Amino acid sequence: MPATLFDKVWDAHEILRGADGRSLLWIDRHFVHEGSFHAFDQLRDRALSVSRPDLTFGIADHYAPTLPGDRSTIGDPRIRSMVTQLADNTGRHGIRLFGLDDPRQGIVHVVGPEQGLTLPGLLIVCGDSHTATHGALGAIAFGIGASEVAQVLATQTVWQTRPKRMRLTVTGRLGPGVTAKDLALTWIARLGADGARGHAIEYAGEAVAALSVEARLTLCNLSIEGGARCGMIAPDAAALAYLRDRPMGPAGFDFETAAETWAALKTDDGAAFDREVTLDGATMAPTVTWGVSPEEALPIDGRVPDPATLDTAEAARQARETLAYMGLTPGQALTDIAIDRVFIGSCTNARLEDLRAAAAVLKGRRSRVPGVVSPGSTAVKRQAEAEGLDRIFTEAGLAWHDSGCSLCVGMNGDRVPAGERCASTTNRNFKGRQGPGARTHLMSPPMAAAAAVAGRLYDVRDLSGCDL
Amino acid sequence: MEPFRRLSAPALALPLANVDTDQLIPARFMKAPRSAGYGGFLLHDLRVDADGAPVPGFPLNHPQATEARTLVARRNFGAGSSREAAVYALVDFGFRCVVAPSFGDIFAANAVNNGLLPATVPEADLEAILALMGEAPTTMDVDLESGTLAVSGRTFPFSVPETWRAKLLNGWDDIGLAQQHAAAIAAFARDRQRAHPWVIPAMSGPAAVPPQAQIPRPSPTQS
Ligand code: SF4
Repeated sequence: MPATLFDKVWDAHEILRGADGRSLLWIDRHFVHEGSFHAFDQLRDRALSVSRPDLTFGIADHYAPTLPGDRSTIGDPRIRSMVTQLADNTGRHGIRLFGLDDPRQGIVHVVGPEQGLTLPGLLIVCGDSHTATHGALGAIAFGIGASEVAQVLATQTVWQTRPKRMRLTVTGRLGPGVTAKDLALTWIARLGADGARGHAIEYAGEAVAALSVEARLTLCNLSIEGGARCGMIAPDAAALAYLRDRPMGPAGFDFETAAETWAALKTDDGAAFDREVTLDGATMAPTVTWGVSPEEALPIDGRVPDPATLDTAEAARQARETLAYMGLTPGQALTDIAIDRVFIGSCTNARLEDLRAAAAVLKGRRSRVPGVVSPGSTAVKRQAEAEGLDRIFTEAGLAWHDSGCSLCVGMNGDRVPAGERCASTTNRNFKGRQGPGARTHLMSPPMAAAAAVAGRLYDVRDLSGCDL
Repeated sequence: MEPFRRLSAPALALPLANVDTDQLIPARFMKAPRSAGYGGFLLHDLRVDADGAPVPGFPLNHPQATEARTLVARRNFGAGSSREAAVYALVDFGFRCVVAPSFGDIFAANAVNNGLLPATVPEADLEAILALMGEAPTTMDVDLESGTLAVSGRTFPFSVPETWRAKLLNGWDDIGLAQQHAAAIAAFARDRQRAHPWVIPAMSGPAAVPPQAQIPRPSPTQS
């Protein structure tokens, strides 16, 4: 029977089905970070050990200090203890750790693909919802909670109910200045922040095939913001080229054997999806969020909604509340929204291509606002420096930081002050995400760079001389 | 885990949509060990203002709010991150059930793993339920066996995936359930590694930084 890519990978990991109908799934890769301590505490309380430390990787990212300087001394003792706790837990259980001083350190969802730990056909989990990122290479990858992390640590398996399958086909080609981030924000705005709830998405179509692997990682990363369990893309020649010669991936004969297996990783003709959605990529524009949910996104030439024109009283009430939090006036043009700072970083948009795209806009220009650029990994940082991107950012007036989650979540002490407005390449514009009272506008790296130059939300396509 | 069958207790209305996990528990509180108790962090930044004073009229600040065991909210409750701490905050505050038209998938799984019932009702029913509830906690009967809840003399069906229903009713523990299949797991792992040796990550070799330079520069149409 014709099968979907998702079902092929799922079936290859199903050990058995329990009496309740759930699948017991084998896990190929498990990433843990500072926030995984609850799971380690559960293990300790139950006197359990880690079943497969060789398939488990620890990465310091969420609480990693990103201010340039000595990372071995973290001022805030509570933040320091989060990082040392991870080292203790991984050390105790014999789990490899990419700690703050490791050249492989970075944000877990940047490091996995970069190091060759993320491969087609694998089942990957992490106690972090943006684990969906890894699906860009044809893996099933999803975020799990601490109790499930404990189960994976103890048994290298997890109980799951098979989600429904949804195919999101994007026809046409994205125009210049329109990125995977814009594609993602567009579909989430159209379908809603819970639009794909309960589904595993397979992204397909001409616009998706034309994306670089790094852009695909961005697209899959944002699957969770539309409520999907995971997102995946069938591996193709571009994926194969990306996967070759990764430090911890298969090499030589192993790679060739693996590649033969990967060739079957695509949805068969005639395979049925529970849901099919088709969007036209050619009509998409650079898109920014104006509100406090990723679904509150609009093309840059749009205006924030006027609650008075909304259909229901509840929708109007909610819009009023959002506008008040965001400090916006009804009907205001997006390009009239002045920003206070800019952040280029996170597992969504801090890979090398993202930094190159932002640097292409900032080259020879000045940012009107302060801002931070935090590369997605230490390896990205090194390479960006080798290309001179760091100098473009610092000459534009932005700070060049070390790698970590930083202002994506504000756990490491980096904060956007209350009431300030940040143009951000991250993934969540939730209230308080970047700090209590912070106002976040999500956008692509070139759009964040354009906002920095203009001091307000701005259509990057209107900046003269940009090589988009 | 303690089984969940029936719950007859005050329910509190939180008539908001998209209550994401960052609101349920702001990230800065997540350094605390569970034993510290997470109830005080629940919806912290909505509950208290910048000076730490309770926000008047916010449902959780109602004098009887701590007696509530069920929370009623609008769509997409628990969207966002996988932080189980969001569930710890609800459970430690006293909640055992959340009623909403939809939940974030990971949140709902985390809830069930902590004995918190995520009960889904259609949007129209949710509005009807909210209309029957006042600002003060209102008694609600939640019956997981029959899949119904009753408030102010009216009964509404709710849904919860069958697997989760069984797990909550029986108080099953997933680690224990998996350990019963230790032999099957070990055989599966062996077979998988034998059939696909490449699934095991390369251990040796240089701790090299990856070949970033090989990533082609974006072409104009890709940027
Ligand atoms: S960068 Fe942000 S979204 Fe990504 S793993 Fe870190 S906190 Fe999560």
